[in-house]
This record gives sequence, structure tokens and C-alpha cells, in this order.
Amino acid sequence: MAARVLACASCHGAEGEGTSDVYFPRLAGKPAGYLYNQLIAFRDGRRRYPPMNYLLEFLPDAYLQKMADHFAALRPPFPAPNIPTDSKEILARGETLVKEGDARSGVPACSACHGPALGGMEPAIPGLLGLRASYISAQLGGWRYGTRTAAAPDCMQIVAGLLSEDDVKAVAAYLSSRPAPNDPSFAPRGSLPMPLECGSQPR
Amino acid sequence: MPRTLTRLIFTLAAALVATSAMAQQKAPDAATLAKGEYLARAGNCIACHTAREGKTFAGGLPMKTPFGTLYTSNITPDPSTGIGTWTSDQFFNMMHNGRFPDGGLVYPAMPFGSYTKVTREDSDAIYAYLRTVPPVKRINTPHDLRFPFNNRSLILGWRTLFFKEGVYKPDSTKSAEWNRGAYLVEGLGHCGMCHTAINALGGSSESQAFEGGLIPMQNWYAPSLTSNKEAGLGDWSLEEIVDYLKKGVSARGAVYGPMAEVVYNSLQYLTDDDARAMAVYLKSLAQGTSPEKAQPPLPSAETSLLVSLGKPIYDRECASCHGAAGLGMPPHYPPLAGNQSIQMVSAVNAIRMVLNGGFPPGTMGNPEPYGMPPFAHRLSDDEVAAVVTFIRTSWGNRGAPVSARQANELRAATLN
Repeated sequence: MAARVLACASCHGAEGEGTSDVYFPRLAGKPAGYLYNQLIAFRDGRRRYPPMNYLLEFLPDAYLQKMADHFAALRPPFPAPNIPTDSKEILARGETLVKEGDARSGVPACSACHGPALGGMEPAIPGLLGLRASYISAQLGGWRYGTRTAAAPDCMQIVAGLLSEDDVKAVAAYLSSRPAPNDPSFAPRGSLPMPLECGSQPR
Repeated sequence: MPRTLTRLIFTLAAALVATSAMAQQKAPDAATLAKGEYLARAGNCIACHTAREGKTFAGGLPMKTPFGTLYTSNITPDPSTGIGTWTSDQFFNMMHNGRFPDGGLVYPAMPFGSYTKVTREDSDAIYAYLRTVPPVKRINTPHDLRFPFNNRSLILGWRTLFFKEGVYKPDSTKSAEWNRGAYLVEGLGHCGMCHTAINALGGSSESQAFEGGLIPMQNWYAPSLTSNKEAGLGDWSLEEIVDYLKKGVSARGAVYGPMAEVVYNSLQYLTDDDARAMAVYLKSLAQGTSPEKAQPPLPSAETSLLVSLGKPIYDRECASCHGAAGLGMPPHYPPLAGNQSIQMVSAVNAIRMVLNGGFPPGTMGNPEPYGMPPFAHRLSDDEVAAVVTFIRTSWGNRGAPVSARQANELRAATLN
């Protein structure tokens, strides 16, 4: 399988660990259901990024599932965390949003669905560690502007719509500054009480 | 006339009317429907008449042309927005003459110039099949064409120049297999829509049939099927051609670009007999034009510089799959040495493969294809030009060098 998906390696690394490009995400160790949903969304144009849309256009579901299973099972080391250049206040705001959310604007905590260790939950909620700030803020922007969408109800579109520009910056700065998790696996299915209905993650 | 005879005539006439009315209403048998479905695949109706994430055959796919954007039509049997009220005569008139039931002219993005070769019997089978697909209510999107191309009467001029109506006529000097292949390639397969150059009037000249051309808007080059210097298949074996058409990979090369779509949606579903028939015909198109021997290249100073820059890039980025001598490991890692697709006069496809990479289509014969990585983000324009020049001029390949400017221009090519 590694040889078949060498096409992915130049952007995502041979083991899906990510590369030096800050916009290309780590794939390794994310739940297979999440990876599969993204592959289908890129293939069918629900998530827009032309190089990915182009590569996947004529690949059948069964093969995309195998690709997802392949990268979900890999556990390459995490990169060194980003050394934050943002102020303590911004990082503290990010930490609050990630761990507690913001009751006033109705933003749920990231950890409510992505897990207290932010490793994600089976089958389709991704881990948030090992990603760069640029990638995280670009994805939150993508949801707000509709270039990234998921099965309805699209919970992340709702969450991204509730965040201010400063919130996005703070969340991205905090998440990218976190060290590698001790246990890089994701939470079992149904183990977290999700505050929002999500089309890709049946409760 | 004796009364009995009159009555007999009346009875017979009544019986005839009843029989023909029954024939009109009689549901087509399963064999006809299966044949219609098969032929609709051979004609690749689904590729254009289904929008991304849209309902099958409900149309709405934007087709960008140099004249503006056309939106494909709903061909489901919905009576108000699809073709549910059409008769088989009207359907045949569309396929054969490019006219709507009201006599209106169809834009030639619909390949009726090819479909005109389809027999009435085959048209009726496709019609019968399309009547059985789920009806979808979706009003056709109006076309968005620039003046003066939004004037449909211009199509009359186009038709005079480029449209020749007529069902395929078998060539009695050729085998049944060859004729079947010609019927599929020239008719439902509408291969000439891409593999014949499109001129400034949006037409393709019969005298240049299958001689290749750049596909407008997509920036992929559809190679000549008649010249062995391009995609002419004169020196391919029938098995290699059949593999290429049905699996998407072969010992000689893999499909990519717009051809990947054709294999994915259409050609992989052909029977072995039909794929072989097409191969026989395609191979014959290129007979007689044997590949020219390489001229000893006389590299200019710039070419030698590009080649010397290209070799280390090749060894670092390409050789692990395509081999130090460009032999590849067919079918999954295509050979580059002697690969026609790399040496064509147009370097567009070779440059785009390096920039964009790509997966051959996942087919029944090759469900888990190996992919080539994109290099657009790893290599500079100079490096792309150098490595493509190296590939086009090494191991006996006789392509011309390419410039950094050509590489740069193709970075902006539409991907998807």
C-alpha cells in the first residue's frame, strides 16, 4: 500500500507525518472514518482544493477506504511543537476556547468532541495535534467561506461561524504549540458526549 | 365489393392498428434495456449529463468552451424538465441530426457529429434504457455564451462546414471486427471530439481526423491516433491496446488527464470483444506511418545545460520508480524510454504530469492504481524544464527541449 500511495508522500510525508510545508496536514493516526470522509469529499468536490480534487477524481470508494485505513494505522513520531510567537494572552485565550469553549458566543470546547487529549474520536473526528497554525486557521476559514463542507448537519461550519478572527488565531496558536501526546490514539466511538449534531459522526 | 370482404379488410386494418399500438406501448425486453445501458456507457453519456454530486443523467454540468459556458441537459425521463415526453423518433433525430423535437439546433458540444453514425436500432436501445432511469426534476440551466455565440443560428454555419449526417457504413473490404471497432470509435466513442484538432470556429476538419490537438480550456494535448510519433498504436500489440483502454494501464503507458475520465466512466465497461475491435481499428489507423528513427540530436548550449541540470533531479526524484534507464516497471510505473507520450511535439502533457502528478483511473481491471506525486511545489520552473528536457532527450527519446517559461505557463492550467 505504501508504494501505491507514494503520490501522497511529496506533500504529506511517506508515513503521513506531514512535511515542512505548513499547509499540508499530518494524516497518520487520524481515525480512518475521518480520512475516508475527506477523500470522498475531495473526490466529489465537497471539499475544494484543486490538486487533491484532481488526484482523486477517478478512484473508487473501496480504494479510498484502503488508503484511509493505511494512514490511520501509521504512528510516525510527531514533529516538534511550534515555538509560539504569539503573546501569552492569545495563547491563554486559545487554551480557554479549546478546553472550555465560550459560553457567551455559544462556542463549544474543542475537547468536547475531539477529546480531552485532542486525539480525536472514532470513527470520524480527527485529532488536532501535530498540525501547524497556518493549516488550522486555513481550515476554520474554509468552513466559514464554504470551500470546506461536510455532511449535514455540518457542525464545524456552525462552530467556525461562531468564532471571531481573533478566536481563530488564538485556537490555531494554542493547538500548534502543544507537545506530542503520550498516547497518540483516538477515543473510542461514542465515548464523548458531543454538544452538537454532526452529519459525519452519528451519535 | 362483397360485404364479407369489406368486413375482412376492416377487421385486418383494425387488427393492424391494434398491433402497432401495442408495439408502441410494449415494454422493451430486458435484453434491449441491457444493451441500451451498455451502449450509453460506450457513448459516455453520464460523464457530461451528470453534474458533480448531481443526480445521474440530470445534467447541469458546466462545460467551459472558448465561446462561453454551456450547461448540459437533463436526460432523465422526467416529463417536464427531462426527455420524458420524447418519442424514439425524436430521440433519434437528436442523436442523428442534432435537432431538438421542435426543430431547434443543438450546440455541437453534444457530439452529434459522431453520434450520427449510430444505427437506429442502437439509438432505440439507448432511448429505451434512458426511459427506465429514475426521473429527476431539474430545470435545465440556461447557457452562458458571449455575443455573438449566443445566437443559435450560427450553428447553421457550423453545421454546413463541419457536420456530415449519416449512419456508419461498413467497409466491405475490412473484417467484421475492424468495422465494429470503427463504428464504436467514430460513433458512440466520439474519440474524434478530442483527438482531432479544434479550429478557431470550434469545428474539427474531417481531413485531419484523429490527427490530434490541444483540448481547448483543459490544456491537455490529445495526441494523434494516426501518427506513431504520438499516440498512434501501429507498433502496440492488440493486448497492450486493450489493457490501456479497459484497465487504464498497460506495458506501454498509463492513461492520464481527460483520458482517465473516459476509461473510468466508459471504456472499462466494454466487453472484451468490443475493446479488441476498437484496438484492431485504432491500430489500423496508424498502419503505414512507421515510427521515424531518431535524428541524432544536436543539443544547443542551452539544451546541454538543461540536460545536465535535469539528470541529478531525475536521479533524485524519478529514478526510484521509473528506473535509472527510464525503463519503469510496467504496468504500474510506466516506461519513459521510448514512450511516445513523452516525445510528442507538444510537451504539454509531459510538463503537466511532472507538475500535477496523477492517478490512473481505478478500474475493474486495475482497482488500486499506483499514483505519481505532484512536483509543482517541490521543483522550480527551471527544474521542471530541466527534468522534462532530460526525459525527452535521453535513452533514445527524440523530443525537443522545453523552456522554464512553458513550465511556468502550465502552473496555471485548470486542474479539475
